[in-house]
Amino acid sequence: MGVLTPEVLAYIGRKAPPRTEVVTRRDIRKYAIATGQTQRKYVDGDVAPPLFHVALFWDVVPLDELTPDGVSVDRLLPKFPLEKAMAGGLDIRYHDPIRPGDVLIGNRTLTNIYEKEGRSGPLIFYEVVLEVTREDGTPVLTEKTTRLLR
Amino acid sequence: MTAQPDIGTLAVGATLPETRYTPDNIQLFFYNAVLWNAHRIHYDLPYATEVEGYKGLVIAGPMLGDWLVQAVDNWIGDRGSVQRVEYSNRMASFIGETLTTGGTVTAVDRDARTADFDLFVKNESGDVITPGKVTVRFD
Repeated sequence: MGVLTPEVLAYIGRKAPPRTEVVTRRDIRKYAIATGQTQRKYVDGDVAPPLFHVALFWDVVPLDELTPDGVSVDRLLPKFPLEKAMAGGLDIRYHDPIRPGDVLIGNRTLTNIYEKEGRSGPLIFYEVVLEVTREDGTPVLTEKTTRLLR
Repeated sequence: MTAQPDIGTLAVGATLPETRYTPDNIQLFFYNAVLWNAHRIHYDLPYATEVEGYKGLVIAGPMLGDWLVQAVDNWIGDRGSVQRVEYSNRMASFIGETLTTGGTVTAVDRDARTADFDLFVKNESGDVITPGKVTVRFD
């Protein structure tokens, strides 16, 4: 007997509204310093470190939309019957480096929801794909996030 | 054997230099500020320990992913670039811990000028808290 209802599974394929972000040298420098980068090109903000897009496309939400533990609710997702978030994984493919002045478009799609029977009960997995492109459609990177709920 | 960043001589089984990280509250604050991440487990010690049951303030998972990538990206420097990154956060780690990154060459393709690495972030007990794989391409 599965825990995923047809209503939850109907969210597969759902897309978030596209987000456009302008990359600044200041944002790259902040990210580089916060992550302890040692290479000059990153600390000076000439080019973004490989995981900079994680910060660039993190949702910017108003205070009154945060939960009491300070987390923003991802509106792309359905209300899952299991809520304890476990380990997550990322798979990122890079096509073109990110530099100051770049205008980047991020499109997020909920590409899969499935369940497995774990040792201590059911587990729900879901996958979200983030496609980052330039305004003319040139691919910059593709990131697939897999998350696990129990 | 420590790997040299040269596709001509790089061998499967060669290891990357290890790097140690001892993040403090200031670095974790900066990281979460850059993300706009207000999750209390990263700065509210009573909440993290009493409500969520953690041992301390939790180091942000994607920051560990960044350090994992640094293990190979700092090694290759301007001789190439990261083409693919896969990682997962398997265990929590906490402010006050010293973490170690490193890795091993698992494949070399001299025609495509690419190399694959298995990478790790370990805690002081030797647990791999964040395993991953990275592919780089040499220029």
